[in-house]
Amino acid sequence: MADSNEKKHTAGALDIRNVIGALLTAYGVILLVTRLVDGDEGGEKTAGVNANLWAGLGLLVVGLVFIAWSRLRPVVVPEHTAGPDDLPAPKH
Amino acid sequence: MAVPAPLASDTLINASVVDYLIVALYFGFVLGIGLLARRQVSDSVDFFLSGRSLPAWVTGLAFVSANLGAVEIMGMSANGAEFGLPAVHYFWIGAIPAMLFLGVVMMPFYYGSKVRSVPEFMLRRFGPPAHLVNAISFAVAQLLIAGINLYLLATIIEALLGWSLWVSLIVAAVVVLAYITLGGLSAAIYNEVLQFFVIVAALLPLTLIGLHEVGGWDGLKQRITEASPTAADATAQLNSWPGTNLTGFSSDVLSVIGIVFGLGFVLSFGYWTTNFVEVQRAMASDSISSARKTPIIGAFPKILVPFITILPGMIAAVAVTEIADVKAGGSVTDPTGAPVEFNDSLLYLMRDVLPNGLLGIAIAGLMAAFMAGMAANISAFNTVFSYDLWQSYAVKDRDDRYYLTVGRLATVGATVIAIFTATLASNFSNIMDYLQTLFGFFNAPLFATFILGMFWKRMTATAGWVGLVAGTLSAVAVAFLSEDAFGSASLGVIPLSGQGASFVAAGAAFAIDIVLSVVISLAGTPKPSSELKGLVWSETPREDLVDPREAEYPWYRRTLPLAGIALAAVVVLNFVF
Repeated sequence: MADSNEKKHTAGALDIRNVIGALLTAYGVILLVTRLVDGDEGGEKTAGVNANLWAGLGLLVVGLVFIAWSRLRPVVVPEHTAGPDDLPAPKH
Repeated sequence: MAVPAPLASDTLINASVVDYLIVALYFGFVLGIGLLARRQVSDSVDFFLSGRSLPAWVTGLAFVSANLGAVEIMGMSANGAEFGLPAVHYFWIGAIPAMLFLGVVMMPFYYGSKVRSVPEFMLRRFGPPAHLVNAISFAVAQLLIAGINLYLLATIIEALLGWSLWVSLIVAAVVVLAYITLGGLSAAIYNEVLQFFVIVAALLPLTLIGLHEVGGWDGLKQRITEASPTAADATAQLNSWPGTNLTGFSSDVLSVIGIVFGLGFVLSFGYWTTNFVEVQRAMASDSISSARKTPIIGAFPKILVPFITILPGMIAAVAVTEIADVKAGGSVTDPTGAPVEFNDSLLYLMRDVLPNGLLGIAIAGLMAAFMAGMAANISAFNTVFSYDLWQSYAVKDRDDRYYLTVGRLATVGATVIAIFTATLASNFSNIMDYLQTLFGFFNAPLFATFILGMFWKRMTATAGWVGLVAGTLSAVAVAFLSEDAFGSASLGVIPLSGQGASFVAAGAAFAIDIVLSVVISLAGTPKPSSELKGLVWSETPREDLVDPREAEYPWYRRTLPLAGIALAAVVVLNFVF
């Protein structure tokens, strides 16, 4: 079909899973660092819950899962994104 | 004009360096996505519909996220604070059934007919007059709703930096403009998906910590009961049915009818099945099967959203001093001197329970939601403006590049107008009242015309546009005659207030549209059957409506089993709460 002659490549940085993974991982790290720098600060406001620690860990895990997912199952896209083979291009 | 002075004494939220870092990081990602997406924008189909190349889980999350702006977050937490549990009807009655209906029944028509917008569907079914009416009313509605999102974004900036509302509005508008002009819908959809995760990362800890603070679910129930003036009031807040406090009806039976028919059927089906902001997300997917699954996959997170929006609102109403005072009928002012409203519930709860760090994520999540909400309104506006209004009625037969430029200019124009519609939105203390009123005007008649036109081949072109106009006018009339649907402009002839008035306005619009359309159609000549293929149910071959590859997928990737699971989950939740 139309895309058989076109170059294909993996989505890489454009893969939404990498973008989500990178942002959530970064947030997780920032929260954990904040927790380390602040010591116990914030515990009073949150009624004893170590909020930045747990939220940071949660974000880190979810972020890494997204990155792992996109590594294990990469998306391959044609060089020019066309409609699926069985559908004609929309009329202009 | 206010000088930017983020001093602890005159701002609502005390953000620290780490919070700003987190917000800045989010904006960095958004701009990065815009720049990457820009490299892929090659023609106008790419720009407007993302080249129809996205998988269903991405468009499904974007579908929910596009609606997870002002409506859900501030409006629903305001609703939760003011009314308690009955606010869940906006999700389990007012969204899920309609989303499933869109995926199962209506999406094949949209995707299969290759239209680029909902008004374009009207054009092919009913011809130019109905198309023009629909395109104009849709464009106006988007500008008004964009104003709501912009207003809420500005309130965050106001709370954070202590700037005046006007300065905040202009700054917010410039930020959204930068965001939307960078990459069109591709960037918008990517950002919406990203934003979904940031919002959950913000609201989930907020809810859990808040719940911990009030002593868990039982503690919350106890505190709400204690804070209520009467036992009946507490019962109304802690049970989703019959929801009399939400609708403003004194009778239980009428209240249930109002919720099921007004909200659950007319408003919700009208919103979810004809609102191009939503439908556009599904049309960007890679196959008819993905397009159908888009709203259905979206239904699953949507079912859970009330737990992180309505619940924090309910918590704020007992745990935050200012909001509790407002609920008890007092009037409180914030550090800038403006009155505290239910709309502010979430901001106050954030101030009270989130430590720096998490606070930054919450701010980033809220800003993301409002920007994306407004970006979605504006991108839908510019598609409809450039294709359905400009190309169809103003300047025809120019090249693709020309309409792309028109689209970009429309974006700028719409943003400027939204600054003014935002000031309209600022007149309502509970933003949901305003939003539901708008939906009654625009979506209820559209849904009536759509559903009749899709299933009744006899319906004529004249009936199409007359029904729309009459429906909208009757909803406006009801809103004017009610006590407060138009704020102080309402006359108070009909004893209805709050969201019940919008439900009745929507019901009136729907009924009048249907009756007029039937009468006019019977008097006129219908279009020949050959012109209705792909547009009317009975004239479309069944095989055109399904994806031939769908049967090969395992059950969890097929449309109908997924829809069944979502429906069952909603029924169970309605019994539990």
